[in-house]
Amino acid sequence: MRPSGTFRVVRMLMLLGFAVLFFGPLLAMLDFSTRGVDGSRTWDAWANLVKDPELNRAIVSSLLLALFTVLLMLLLLVPTMIWVRLRVPRATRLLEFLCLLPLTIPALVIVVGITNVYQWVTYLLGDSILNLTFVYVVLVLPFAYRAIESSLSSIDATTLAEAARSLGAGWWTVIGRIIVPNIWSGVLSAAFVSVALVLGEYTIASLLNYENMQVVIALLGKSDANTSVAASLAAIIFAFVLLMLLSVFGRSRRAEGR
Amino acid sequence: MSRFSRLAPSLALLPFLLYLTVFLLVPTITVVVGAFTEGGRFTLSNITALVDPVTLAALRTSVLLSAVSALIGATFGAVLAYLVVTGGRRSWLRRSVTSLSGVLAQCGGVMLAFAFIATIGFSGTLTIWLRDHFGIDIFGSGWLFALPGLILVYAYFQIPLMVIVFLPALDGIKPQWREASVNLGANAWQYWTQVAFPLLRPAFLGATLLLFANAFAAYATAAALVSQGNPIVPLLIRSGLSSEVLLGHQHLAFALAFEMIVVVAIVMGIYGLLLQRTSRWLR
Repeated sequence: MRPSGTFRVVRMLMLLGFAVLFFGPLLAMLDFSTRGVDGSRTWDAWANLVKDPELNRAIVSSLLLALFTVLLMLLLLVPTMIWVRLRVPRATRLLEFLCLLPLTIPALVIVVGITNVYQWVTYLLGDSILNLTFVYVVLVLPFAYRAIESSLSSIDATTLAEAARSLGAGWWTVIGRIIVPNIWSGVLSAAFVSVALVLGEYTIASLLNYENMQVVIALLGKSDANTSVAASLAAIIFAFVLLMLLSVFGRSRRAEGR
Repeated sequence: MSRFSRLAPSLALLPFLLYLTVFLLVPTITVVVGAFTEGGRFTLSNITALVDPVTLAALRTSVLLSAVSALIGATFGAVLAYLVVTGGRRSWLRRSVTSLSGVLAQCGGVMLAFAFIATIGFSGTLTIWLRDHFGIDIFGSGWLFALPGLILVYAYFQIPLMVIVFLPALDGIKPQWREASVNLGANAWQYWTQVAFPLLRPAFLGATLLLFANAFAAYATAAALVSQGNPIVPLLIRSGLSSEVLLGHQHLAFALAFEMIVVVAIVMGIYGLLLQRTSRWLR
């Protein structure tokens, strides 16, 4: 069944419409952020991304947050998921329910109720923006879970583990050297998605009074909108490249496996 | 011994469970308990504050904003998803659309607000261009920063979310069904109205509900865009959290957050039911 000629024309036109709709604002951002006085062009706003000390600090904080969130998330989630699959299969539904729960409990609700918990965190670890890592792990959990789950269910983990065990491997060897290398693409997807989510996070940081990248972008909007727009566009492009790499890399890995 | 050795493997789940308890369950329970207590004692006064005209107006605006943006998002998103699906599973079109959708839907928040300030804000590119060339003033009295503006900007994360959620359902439509209906003498119109739409309806309705919940709970875009007044529930929660002028506002935030849990839970519950119906043929 080949699509008819008219359909192809209509399809192209509609795609063009969507492209204008979605790329229009992005181009406007480029124009807005490079606009100088009297119609000239300037890249000052973009230079501010590295020159403005406040924004610069916030970008570094957000990148560090992304890094720590990914590390803690992997440390917490990967062994647990593998362990549930190999040793405690009756907890599968519970694990899935818990991991997807943050989709039903909005970040805004979590931040309203988390004040007490964070007083303890601050008391124990000192006051640092990096404390946000703990709540960000919860935030990225559903997306990370799905990514890892889809690669974990595509391999025969039980057989691999039994083979390794019968050759004398301990459980840590099984998890770290047998299963993880086989679900590497899922782990990588989980990491990429988490980075994108953390870099875009505003709600929790702003309501807990921490200055991450998005909070500073929003603050700058009032005094220096050009820099805000430049930073926003840069962040969108960065996240887009990240997810694009993920889709290309993830697919090619899966294709190899077949 | 045997009892212990049966339970021992479960103990390895404790760190994970403990972590989620502290950073997810405790905050949620705090909100629910806080909504019904005042100074450690049970009270319904926080809940009754929810029906006061100001909070009720915010709820109404929130529901309106979520419903309209969900309908726009679902309609346009479904069309875009269909256009993408007809391009094949591994096409570059599909990859770039899903990647951009991922960015806008999951972490667009503040950045989308600035995208629109740059486009149709007071000195936005489109505003200036239309003003200079056609003498049209699209900025007006600042509708971008009120409900119509919110609906427009929300559509830019709702449409992408719809694409992400609806693509798997469209992938589930098998070409064999079309061939079968053509074999039975159906034309394109009959195939769409009597086969494809009825099959997709649960998935479409479910996705629309998901979009509703997503818009209802969204905070970042509105917070970055609206600086005057608190027209919607999330912004009212912000003012409840940040203002210490009026005593008891903290508890209003709890009550509003509880309201949000209830609304989202109901919507997501119905979504879950619809998803079960869809999953019958998606496999």
